[in-house]
Amino acid sequence: MKTAAVVIAIGGALALQTMLSGLMIGGTIAVNLVLVAVVYLALAYGAVTGLLAGTIGGLAQDAVAGGIVGVGGMSKTVVGFLVGVLGAQFNLSSTVPRLVMLVAATFVHEVMFEALHALVGGRPFGLQYSATLVQALVNGLVGVSAFLIVERGPEAMQRRRLQRGTFGKKRF
Amino acid sequence: MLDIRKRTGYLFLTVMMAQVILVSAQVQSKSGVRVLQAVALEVFSRVEFASSAVLNVTRHGWGDYVALRGVRAQNEELRRRVADLEVRLQQEHALADRSQRLQQLMDFKSQAAMPTLAAEVIAGNQDRVLRTVTIDRGSADGVLADMAVIAPGGIVGRVIGPVARHAARVQLITDRNAAAGAITERGRAGGMVVGAEANPPLRMEMVSNLTDVKAGDNVVASGADGIFPKGYLIGRVEHAERGSGLYRSITVRPGVDFASLEEVLVVLLPPRSATRDEAAK
Repeated sequence: MKTAAVVIAIGGALALQTMLSGLMIGGTIAVNLVLVAVVYLALAYGAVTGLLAGTIGGLAQDAVAGGIVGVGGMSKTVVGFLVGVLGAQFNLSSTVPRLVMLVAATFVHEVMFEALHALVGGRPFGLQYSATLVQALVNGLVGVSAFLIVERGPEAMQRRRLQRGTFGKKRF
Repeated sequence: MLDIRKRTGYLFLTVMMAQVILVSAQVQSKSGVRVLQAVALEVFSRVEFASSAVLNVTRHGWGDYVALRGVRAQNEELRRRVADLEVRLQQEHALADRSQRLQQLMDFKSQAAMPTLAAEVIAGNQDRVLRTVTIDRGSADGVLADMAVIAPGGIVGRVIGPVARHAARVQLITDRNAAAGAITERGRAGGMVVGAEANPPLRMEMVSNLTDVKAGDNVVASGADGIFPKGYLIGRVEHAERGSGLYRSITVRPGVDFASLEEVLVVLLPPRSATRDEAAK
């Protein structure tokens, strides 16, 4: 079940990310769905799942992007591990802490990604703070929405189905 | 059983390390070598360095301590050998010194215009009363009493009787009872050199106050005594002054170093008195 969730989340996020690759702000992709999926899985299942999801998702994203395979993987592994550890230590079941966590995770990821690229690519460290802030906010909103959909979606659908049944009886 | 948090940490480190290796395999360093190769080389060189250091320590430890168990005995043996060799070296030095002295003696013998016989000093008597040495030549070698004995440094003394077959006693010129006819080489002042219990151990007597004698003048045998060959060095004037009577007071430093006298030449000419006795017979 957990493995399936990981595969579905990472695979789906990667597929969507590929489709949205044209959506860029200041040279940086405005949303990182794979990162959102990693944070979600880390919060939902813990540090081990988080770091493994980060590794798989990051390596896959690196492979698709055509860059140095491993840079994104390491960044997301660190993020997944840290989020998993912090999620076990603190109560992150409400919306605001999750939003904060997603924003912080995005910053950590971007800083580490750029630092690693600068290190292995031999180029200066160049983090675009405004674009990173936008991405962090978008990731936060998308992630919080994803949490709401996953956690409250089935309940809402069931409620709507029940409401439809009641109205039908009254109509007939 | 590992703690779950520790296992997570190990897993994290393993995954990170694997990705570091993965990245290193793709990236080239500034020198064009792949980072993975460079890092692997660096790591393995460190391992080799460490293993080499351990090996060296082990080898040195073995060589410096374990393998030195027999060194004490070997050291003792070597010390003994060094002592033996030092003794042998001294013997060789002594031999070389003796050879040199004999060479000088032979040269002196070849220069002497008279028959001589080389002899070795085998004993000495340097007391104040009788200053003599014993040589290893005697009547069997043709040595007679009153024959002159000389050395490269000058006159040594005369043979005194009785003479044994293979040994003879020589009265040194420094003996207080010894005397020799002498003359100064520069001023030709004649006199007689006698032994003295003083320093220097020779005194030249019977030299007129009117003669010219100075310190540093060579004193040679005059031949007037019929024993010592004429012209051979006796010594050098060390101090000369006008005497209170008719004669000057002169001290002479011998030409021969009697303290290190080892080889001498016996002049095989019979003294003139013996020749006269034989002629009278």
